Amino acid sequence: MGLIEAIILAVLAASTPLLLAATGELVTERAGVLNLGVEGMMIVGAACGFGGAWLSGSIIIGALCGIVAGVLMSLIFALMALGLAVNQVATGLALTILGVGLSGLIGARFVGEKISPAPHLYIPGLTDIPLVGRILFGEDAFVYLSLALVAGVWFFLYRTRAGLILRAAGDNHASAHALGYPVLRIRMFAVMFGGACAGLAGAYLPLAYTPFFIPGMTAGRGWIALALVVFASWLPGRLVIGAYLFGAVTILQLHAQGWGVGVPSQLMSALPYLATVIVLVLISRARTGGSTAPAALGTVFVPDR
Amino acid sequence: MKKILIAATAAMLATGAGLFGASAADKLKVGFIYLGPVGDLGWTYQHDLGRLTMLKEFGDKVETTFLENVSEGPDSERSIEQLARAGNKLIFTTSFGYMEPTLKVAKKYPNVHFEHATGYKRDKNMSTYSGRFYEGRYIQGIIAAKMSKAGVLGYIASFPIPEVISGINATMLGAQTINPNIKVKIIWANTWFDPGKEADAAKALIDQGADVIMQHTDSPAPMQIASERGKLAFGQDSEMIKFGPKTQLTSIMDNWGPYYIERVKAELDGTWKSEDFWGGLKSKIVVMAPYTNMPDDVKKLAEETEAAITEGKLLPFKCPVIGQDGKEVECKGGTHLDDGQVLGMNFYVKGIDDKIPGK
Repeated sequence: MGLIEAIILAVLAASTPLLLAATGELVTERAGVLNLGVEGMMIVGAACGFGGAWLSGSIIIGALCGIVAGVLMSLIFALMALGLAVNQVATGLALTILGVGLSGLIGARFVGEKISPAPHLYIPGLTDIPLVGRILFGEDAFVYLSLALVAGVWFFLYRTRAGLILRAAGDNHASAHALGYPVLRIRMFAVMFGGACAGLAGAYLPLAYTPFFIPGMTAGRGWIALALVVFASWLPGRLVIGAYLFGAVTILQLHAQGWGVGVPSQLMSALPYLATVIVLVLISRARTGGSTAPAALGTVFVPDR
Repeated sequence: MKKILIAATAAMLATGAGLFGASAADKLKVGFIYLGPVGDLGWTYQHDLGRLTMLKEFGDKVETTFLENVSEGPDSERSIEQLARAGNKLIFTTSFGYMEPTLKVAKKYPNVHFEHATGYKRDKNMSTYSGRFYEGRYIQGIIAAKMSKAGVLGYIASFPIPEVISGINATMLGAQTINPNIKVKIIWANTWFDPGKEADAAKALIDQGADVIMQHTDSPAPMQIASERGKLAFGQDSEMIKFGPKTQLTSIMDNWGPYYIERVKAELDGTWKSEDFWGGLKSKIVVMAPYTNMPDDVKKLAEETEAAITEGKLLPFKCPVIGQDGKEVECKGGTHLDDGQVLGMNFYVKGIDDKIPGK
């Protein structure tokens, strides 16, 4: 295995949890809901995902447990922020704090256990293709699933009527409501989708990335996913670029240190964040005609009866 | 994101009946501030083991409270003060980054005794304590040089502070006694704990040709990556052999129990005074995990080295120590570098082909 191939494989693995979580949050935000609880949903997904896999011996059951846990967490958010019209920012932050504590509680009995990680795919013929085979056909299934998910989300948002309605709810909830669309129900499904993705992203960590559970193992990846949605200016295609760019800079800075490039490691560690900020500035400068954020993002909607 | 867990809850419930008789106020209250979660299987986990060992020793004479996930820096001041205000008479702050906040709170609460781990600032009511982890690193260096086929070691470092730098130097000094041309690749993770990033760093080191991985970060992720790739590795802080049964060579384990017992005893007896404690293999603060996955001759060599360091016959930083610039480092301890030089170490020894970040 060549060094470049090894680096690309590491980038794929590092980017996948970010891409999964960010894809869910993108749909949530497109429906006009800002859920800052991604980190909390992820870490609970990690705890439950590992627990499920450890108890059942099946990675797929683990992943499903992670998804269900994420959805349950997101329902708490939906109840507060949509049902009771509580401030979304505060609710999201509370959800993160809750998730960090809850995951420690759930995961306590799994700490120190280990599982065999999700297997890498092997398709005879295809995986053996030199150079690209391992990259295109030889990672774990989550990697390709995350890309398929982004493609699916893009298709849903821009090629289906339901996607159009979801975006309408996010851009102008009053109009969507006036046209007879159930804004709150649409938003609830969007929040649940976000929770499912965050739960799966969290579960990816102990199921495939580092196959054990330790409290706090998401280490801020949920926050990065949130930033990536803004970075991508709420467009699924750009989300892929953003996630892989972030993953690539993260991995490359580690390699640069190993090669002994004479740049302080503190600066190196900050590079992924710097790169994100710079690209963000460039995108917003290149754009004409205001923000691309969903117009009703983060606003509370209470239907008049 | 700070989570507060009152460890004493269970103890209080258990002694609930006793509240009517002997009051809980008779008990000595001891507080702990932890950097990570108690389940990190590394640094914080070992401190908590020490706390539990101490509790077992004193039974119901002592009551403990701990705050976990307390981030370093100014933010920790509130947590430390919270413990002081809650009536804890002895407070252990268990990470380097709590140094200034501990000092500040100590000045504010002159009647409370503080113990800060791995720092160098003391006061009338503030002690410091640490482990001579570099002694273990020296042994690891010898093992690593014996076991590495490529002659390239991979080192995942956390922050460029003296403790970490002296660990890298001790490793290399040990390794050079076996193979003078040994190379080390160092990656700074700039975090103590991020399993994903530690795993990525381990992958990068292995992809670049290192075949023995050592870490100064806290999670077992690097061990697991090394195991996956069929390389060798050293654990950190605690026993990690579960994550690499065919991978772990040994692990430097922090064993704080004896120290916590000694200090709490002093507090109970009223003989506590500000001290600077720095114990190693001899005082059993630093303990080596069993030597595994190596041939008998390497194991024997490791055991002999451990015995020699324990008896004081072998000093990892014995003079002459040659710096990266090829010049001899001033020998303040007579035959070896003195403690101050090790505690403040900010240079690499000859043979490390890298620069300390930010220097």
